[in-house]
Amino acid sequence: MDLSLSTRTVGDRTIVEVGGEIDVYTAPKLREQLVELVNDGSFHLVVDMEGVDFLDSTGLGVLVGGLKRVRAHEGSLRLVCNQERILKIFRITGLTKVFPIHNSVDEAVAATD
Amino acid sequence: MATVELRFSALPEHVRTARLVAAAVARRAGVDEAVLDEVRLAVGEACSRAVGLHQSGGLSSPVRVALIEDDKKFAIEVGDDAAVAGETGGTAVGGAADGAEDESDMGLAVISGLVDDVEVLSDDHGGLIRMTWPTAPAPLFS
Repeated sequence: MDLSLSTRTVGDRTIVEVGGEIDVYTAPKLREQLVELVNDGSFHLVVDMEGVDFLDSTGLGVLVGGLKRVRAHEGSLRLVCNQERILKIFRITGLTKVFPIHNSVDEAVAATD
Repeated sequence: MATVELRFSALPEHVRTARLVAAAVARRAGVDEAVLDEVRLAVGEACSRAVGLHQSGGLSSPVRVALIEDDKKFAIEVGDDAAVAGETGGTAVGGAADGAEDESDMGLAVISGLVDDVEVLSDDHGGLIRMTWPTAPAPLFS
């Protein structure tokens, strides 16, 4: 299982659908994708993690990096995740306080803070 | 000796293999199914950290993983050669090593958040992270 990435636009939001495993090997691909989106002017990102089977601290680092980038443009980075084993990693590291985490893409797209 | 030993080139693409092997041996040893996700994540973090330390230290030696099945516990040891590099590597790697330290700290934070029984030790080669999980259910009455 490798990492799969696809993007689509809904209004002013860009949805990044991530599937597979985000680890020390695959995280650079996700980083490249997020950097590219921000460089292309997409500052409101929704990262859909429903298809993610595995996430480690390298992946968390990439998401935090993405958040820093969009914030530099007054943008936002929201996560969609319902999987307990993935949410647990955000909780352990205190990142549930840093990222808005939503139950569905629709909810994340509708959210305005 | 360990139940299963694994040595792999310090490259990110092999960390997944270490996770899969560790989870398979842990399952066989009787580690609770509900805890296998934690085993997988913790060993991945320890291996990623070791790979980072080897790469930033310019070390060509492999990362070592020992999976040890005991009577009522299952232990995983992940060893690196980073301390050896610290003694012989001089000052040239200083800057790069600092960056790797930051990332490895995040990995250690995840490991200590996940695993109740974790020790950060050193052996003849370098650093050693030892993580232990119970393999038998705790008795209701002791």
